[in-house]
Amino acid sequence: MSDVQSFLDRLAERNAERGSEPSWIAARRQAGAARFEAMGFPHRRIEQWKYTDVRAISRGDFRLADSAEFSPASAAALTLPIDGYRLTFVDGVFSSVLSDLADLPSGLAVQPLSQALAENHEAVGGPLGRLTGVEFSAFSALNTAFFEEGALVRLAPGTVVEKPIVLQFLSRHADSAVMSHPRILVEAGGRSEATIIEHHVGEKDAANFTNLVEEIMLDRGAILTHYKLLESPEQDLHIASIHVEQARDSRYTSFNLTLGGGLVRNDLITDLNGQGAEATFNGLFHGRNRQHVDNHTLANHNAPHTFSRENYKGILDDRAHGVFNGKVIVKRDSQKIEAEQSNANLLLSDRAQINTKPELEIYADDVKCAHGATTGQLDEEAVFALRARGLDEATARGLLTLAFAGEVMDQVGLDVIAERVELTVAGKLPERFNLAGLVQAAVALNED
Amino acid sequence: MASQEMEQLVRREYKEGFVTDIESETVPPGLDESTIAFISNKKGEPEWMLEWRLDAYRQWLKMTAPSWAHLDYPPIDYQAISYYSAPKRPEDRPQSLDEVDPKLLETYEKLGIPLHERAALAGVAVDAVFDSVSVATTFKDKLHEAGVIFCSISEAIRDYPELVRQYLGTVVPTADNYFAALNSAVFTDGSFVFVPEGVTCPMELSTYFRINAANTGQFERTLIVCEKQAQVSYLEGCTAPMRDENQLHAAVVELVALEDAKIKYSTVQNWYPGDENGKGGIYNFVTKRGDCRGDRSHISWTQVETGSAITWKYPSCVLRGKDSIGEFYSVAVTNGRQQADTGTKMIHLGEGTRSTIVSKGISAGRSNQSYRGLVKIGPRAKGARNFTQCDSLLIGDTCGAHTFPYQEIGNSTATVEHEATTSKIGEDQLFYCQSRGISEEDAVNMIVNGFCKDVFQELPMEFAVEAEALLNVTLEGAVG
Repeated sequence: MSDVQSFLDRLAERNAERGSEPSWIAARRQAGAARFEAMGFPHRRIEQWKYTDVRAISRGDFRLADSAEFSPASAAALTLPIDGYRLTFVDGVFSSVLSDLADLPSGLAVQPLSQALAENHEAVGGPLGRLTGVEFSAFSALNTAFFEEGALVRLAPGTVVEKPIVLQFLSRHADSAVMSHPRILVEAGGRSEATIIEHHVGEKDAANFTNLVEEIMLDRGAILTHYKLLESPEQDLHIASIHVEQARDSRYTSFNLTLGGGLVRNDLITDLNGQGAEATFNGLFHGRNRQHVDNHTLANHNAPHTFSRENYKGILDDRAHGVFNGKVIVKRDSQKIEAEQSNANLLLSDRAQINTKPELEIYADDVKCAHGATTGQLDEEAVFALRARGLDEATARGLLTLAFAGEVMDQVGLDVIAERVELTVAGKLPERFNLAGLVQAAVALNED
Repeated sequence: MASQEMEQLVRREYKEGFVTDIESETVPPGLDESTIAFISNKKGEPEWMLEWRLDAYRQWLKMTAPSWAHLDYPPIDYQAISYYSAPKRPEDRPQSLDEVDPKLLETYEKLGIPLHERAALAGVAVDAVFDSVSVATTFKDKLHEAGVIFCSISEAIRDYPELVRQYLGTVVPTADNYFAALNSAVFTDGSFVFVPEGVTCPMELSTYFRINAANTGQFERTLIVCEKQAQVSYLEGCTAPMRDENQLHAAVVELVALEDAKIKYSTVQNWYPGDENGKGGIYNFVTKRGDCRGDRSHISWTQVETGSAITWKYPSCVLRGKDSIGEFYSVAVTNGRQQADTGTKMIHLGEGTRSTIVSKGISAGRSNQSYRGLVKIGPRAKGARNFTQCDSLLIGDTCGAHTFPYQEIGNSTATVEHEATTSKIGEDQLFYCQSRGISEEDAVNMIVNGFCKDVFQELPMEFAVEAEALLNVTLEGAVG
């Protein structure tokens, strides 16, 4: 209770500082706060949070950041070397210095939320909160109470954007921890096409709390590829609620790549509302030390002839803890559905743990649904096969671990991301597998 | 409070001694400590047993009914149930088969149940109990020779109190869950099996051969113990539909396997599922758990679930002993408005433990069915292995099939695999059969039986044949 109160006190302080706001925003803040107060932080007796303990968040004392200062040199080192339209937030605060929105093509709007609200708050008020309301979870309620900043991406119908849109979130190391409650709102018009890269990264010893809410709306025939690359420092706390809405013939592809963060919880939901809509969820998580990574996904097949595919891979070392909960719901009369779900996990240490639950809830008969989950260690025969070809054991095991991740990484269309992830995975592997050199050599070979 | 007085009252009642005139008494509906004292008294139980029941009851009072299952039923009024009723007197039963519901008889016909058994199953008062009595007596002698104890749990509490006390509640503790606690407080019937060290039970045991099993209790409690290197195969239930006025059934089954012991437990459950609108069916809340206590012990659950309006049942194995093995084979069929939430738990604690789960669910009509399973690998279960396969078949577009498999893995040397599919009967399979002159209904039956084959072959042979027939009857009217 007192945990909740300290967050509410923080909110009251902030509201006093902020001054007057449009009435709908104030009303939502109130609704969010009321809901958060009523629910309190989730605990492990709630089925959805059975394996994830959020006391690191509820007991924390987080300020709200008010500057976006960041050393340009370290920002440059953290930024993905990719040519795109870039919005950068430092501890949730927009940094125009680190952003690059030059030459936005017509039909594409990329704006920080604060700016969009200042220009025309009513146009934002309609879609914002339509998919993820305060009811979804205590964290979405908390976000609604606090929200100020974030990213707004609008694609006019028929707009095809070649360069990726990069949303960069930097976490800063400071004497006291901060929290941020960013919102991402994507409205993709009919037959538009774009790639969004959401990149969370930070200074080594940062220990901040990010509570993100994303709403993505795809109109008829829209195509969106969404990378969520989480490389936050190992003390960072990260909660994300991502809700996608898909109209007829739209295609949403998600790459949820979690390599960093101390406590990570992703809720990824898609509503397949129109015939021919298709969702692909790819995921890779790699935890070590005491990292905790929880991925909850849900595909709601609300219309006939809709398709979902899911492939999540987990690598866990030391005392890391992984959670995967994938769910497919096929509504009554949603016939001709195809849904596939797969989760494979590799445990590299005896103290690592994985809890996985691939669920199906099906109320229609003309469906093809399958799911599978496996957990195990490297195939000894494969290790033997590589050793018989002259590789030492460490390299053989390392290579096989990379190959395990490769099944997801092969789907990645952007080389910059694929290489970055491979390097990070290789770098995070135990010393005995140390492969960074080998991968670098392979990357170099690729470039020639 | 009045709890001290209550305790005194309870004790006093107990001191009054054993009442032998069982037939004359029943208790009015309602549950309190005096009801439990009454039951215990009726059964002529020792004092520790009463204490055990009361302890369970007190814990039950503090618990709430579970709501996590994918089931929808009105709240149960536990005070409206009568917790003890004496066996029915002959004059209250139907006097001949003519008085029995013709629908029931029709089903017996389809299942190929022998004529003389039909009367007994339908609850007809028969003075001289049919043939199987003499058979049963011969069996009893044979079991006695082998040293196997097989009797009702009430007899066991009277005749072998130390044995029962040593094992009862050690696998399913009194406060394990809401329904187990209720059962522990008020159970009135069930079986007790004890197979001593090194003995392989000379025959398959079945409640059917237990003479006093005619009145299968609403709250059954079964305890099976296999000592070192002992083996037993136990069959529960039968394929014939069973009528019962008691809507709530909450059974507890406990299995204990010591070193190198093997227990095979097969169930065919075909309680009344209710009418077309789901009215009047049995609510079946069962806690079944086996404890592989010894190294290399082996417990295998096989179940065919076709009856009951509501099934809530998770036969589980605790794999404690090194290299112990747990198995779960299940076919669950729901039709009409039936709801089933069933599955298993495999708790791997010991090194080298292995488990296999094969679950086949068939939903038809407006029924809903869920597989809910847990595979847990403890940090010490080095090299543990699990394979799970659960497939669902949907017949018709108004039913539902759901899968909730939990995996909690805490050991890097474990290998755990889970596979599941949900689909309807393939049009091409149906077409193939029909083009060869097989009617649609027969084709569906063939395909469904093929779908369940992996499980049926685990059943004892006679059971398997009956189970196939049962499946066909249950699915009647689901197609076409």
